[in-house]
Amino acid sequence: MGHEECQAVNILEVNDLHTVFTTPRGVMRAVDGVALSLRAGETLGIVGESGSGKSVLGRTITGLIADNATTSVSGSVRIGGHDIHALTQKARRRLWGPEVAMVFQDPMTSLNPVKRVSTHLTEALRLHLGLGRKDAYERAIDLLRQVFIPDPTRRMTQYPHELSGGMRQRVVIAMALACDPKLLIADEPTTALDVTVQRQILDLLAALASERNMATILISHDLGAVEGRTDRVAVMYGGRIVETSDTARVFANPVHPYAEALLASIPRIGDAPHTVLRAIEGAPPNMLTLPTGCSFAPRCRFATDRCHEEQPELRELADKGTTHVGACHFPLLPVHQEVS
Amino acid sequence: MRRIAWRAGELLGVLFIVSFGVFMLVTLMPGDPAVAILGEGHPPAEYEALRHELGLNDPLLIRYWDWLSSAATGDLGRSLVPPQSDVSDRILGALPVSVQLAVMGLLIALVLAVPLAMWSAAHAGGAVDRMISAGMFATLSVPSFLAGLLLIMIFANGLGWFPRAQWVRIGEDPVGNLHHALLPAIVIALMELALFTRILRNDLIVTLKEDYILAARAKGMPPWRILVTDALRPSSFSLVTLMGISLGRLVGSTVIVEYLFALPGMGSMIVTASGQGDFPLVQGAVLVIALVYVVVNAGIDLSYGYLDPRTRRVHA
Ligand SMILES: Nc1ncnc2c1ncn2[C@@H]1O[C@H](COP(=O)(O)OP(=O)(O)OP(=O)(O)O)[C@@H](O)[C@H]1O
Ligand code: SF4
Ligand SMILES: [Mg+2]
Repeated sequence: MGHEECQAVNILEVNDLHTVFTTPRGVMRAVDGVALSLRAGETLGIVGESGSGKSVLGRTITGLIADNATTSVSGSVRIGGHDIHALTQKARRRLWGPEVAMVFQDPMTSLNPVKRVSTHLTEALRLHLGLGRKDAYERAIDLLRQVFIPDPTRRMTQYPHELSGGMRQRVVIAMALACDPKLLIADEPTTALDVTVQRQILDLLAALASERNMATILISHDLGAVEGRTDRVAVMYGGRIVETSDTARVFANPVHPYAEALLASIPRIGDAPHTVLRAIEGAPPNMLTLPTGCSFAPRCRFATDRCHEEQPELRELADKGTTHVGACHFPLLPVHQEVS
Repeated sequence: MRRIAWRAGELLGVLFIVSFGVFMLVTLMPGDPAVAILGEGHPPAEYEALRHELGLNDPLLIRYWDWLSSAATGDLGRSLVPPQSDVSDRILGALPVSVQLAVMGLLIALVLAVPLAMWSAAHAGGAVDRMISAGMFATLSVPSFLAGLLLIMIFANGLGWFPRAQWVRIGEDPVGNLHHALLPAIVIALMELALFTRILRNDLIVTLKEDYILAARAKGMPPWRILVTDALRPSSFSLVTLMGISLGRLVGSTVIVEYLFALPGMGSMIVTASGQGDFPLVQGAVLVIALVYVVVNAGIDLSYGYLDPRTRRVHA
């Protein structure tokens, strides 16, 4: 596929993206060479343990994390053809809302406690779409209906603390959808919610995405949330994507030992957020001192000397001819079978 | 409604306690009021008679009760020092001057502190932030009488922009009054500015780390708008509290500024009255200042409801 063609089809194109923080304790490669692309209407799940760089990746894609005194971003992110990190701050802000929007993890803290629901919704409409007070208000009510909030006129006058967690997350979603973004990045949108509400919110997001033909990235440490709701999935470890393919393929046939361990340890719904997946032996990597070879090597039961010395690159490992790729020197079964 | 009634009861209680404290304190002040009135060298019987007339020989609690019950009707007694004017009248003359000075000073400080703090917080740790901090520290280290003298020398005597004439009451000539009050108010503002800026800056820095600020950024809101519409209000609790305390304090303690600018305010009145052993005037003035304190603090408490909707009681 030629470059021109790609650009026409893909809403999002990320190439060799690195996000490096300079902290007092050392250099942290939170995102370390990530590439991915997304078409309109397509849904990508990004899964990985706490600290694997999922949030930093999401925020670097939007440009909320960008080059500054202590942060260095390299590589490229194109959203709707705009090279996000080549734009000025101001030009970037114009894309936040109409091109790309985010839903954050905790609806308790991502709404301003001193602002009414109506202000949360209308301010972006007025800023980006130049709507007048009245039009913005009508539109906001309409948005609340789209996220199935009952009695929207009354809700508009309420403050965040007067709403339940699920209602708040619906408001956050309505806020993100306000300017019809082409790409929505939802960073663990249900982790902070009650179990019963989690599914409702995930289903709502999926329905809205397909209704609007919106590209969606669903970040989660909960594989159960991703299964069945995303077209593709990318497994992150130590700031890198270590395996990615169609969701069904990865679930049926993981090739990376980490992905396999992750699948084997699918947390029960209702686990506390940010729990380290217990079934995987060892601690998540210290992002400050990543090993030279495969970053999973210290925890991998297949690790050899080669794993400790040479970093595995993403390559086709299973199901030749598909887009199923992994970064492992000794991938699981399918290839092992071929080799032997 | 219930809440307001409750609050009013609370205020009365506080005032009651404060008034007792004031009464005791002033009563225990050294010096004999009879001597203060008559002067030295009279026969002891004459002093005794006057003490009796003033009710000074009655038991303390009775005297307190007499004083308090007439104070409740607005009668604070008469000054002991000729022309023995009505204490309430004296206070009504001085209080507006002090309140005006304090309010103007605080407003000027606020108007300067808010943008400075926002600018600092937005560039926390950067060059701008450090420059503002240093500047604020400089204002703190200049004593107010020095700042006042300098301002008088430069702007009143030198440039002639401000009058040095008598104080003009706001009722008589509002423009002249504001003109006259501006320089002293600036001196007061300079005293408060550094602390206001610092407190607001620190609270803003904490607020700017909140998720809802990130969410507002992700909506494409410009940084200055986020500062003004998202960060300022949740960050203003400490500042508002501090301003309330400052207002209460300033009403009785701008003595230096009052002397410098020849202003007939509460501070200089209390100092003079104390020196003359004029205990009814001191008692009355301190009681009124306590009243101002209590009322201002009640106002501050109510303002929290505006600042943070979560603290509002829901009336269902
Ligand atoms: N601004 C920053 N400066 C320095 N380090 C950072 C910064 N933001 C994140 N990090 C570090 O980058 C690493 C990746 O963090 P990130 O938040 O992306 O993890 P995550 O995969 O989203 O985890 P979680 O499931 O807990 O949300 C962490 O070690 C984190 O401490
Ligand atoms: S490269 Fe080696 S250490 Fe890394 S996941 Fe594969 S087998 Fe394990
Ligand atoms: Mg995260």
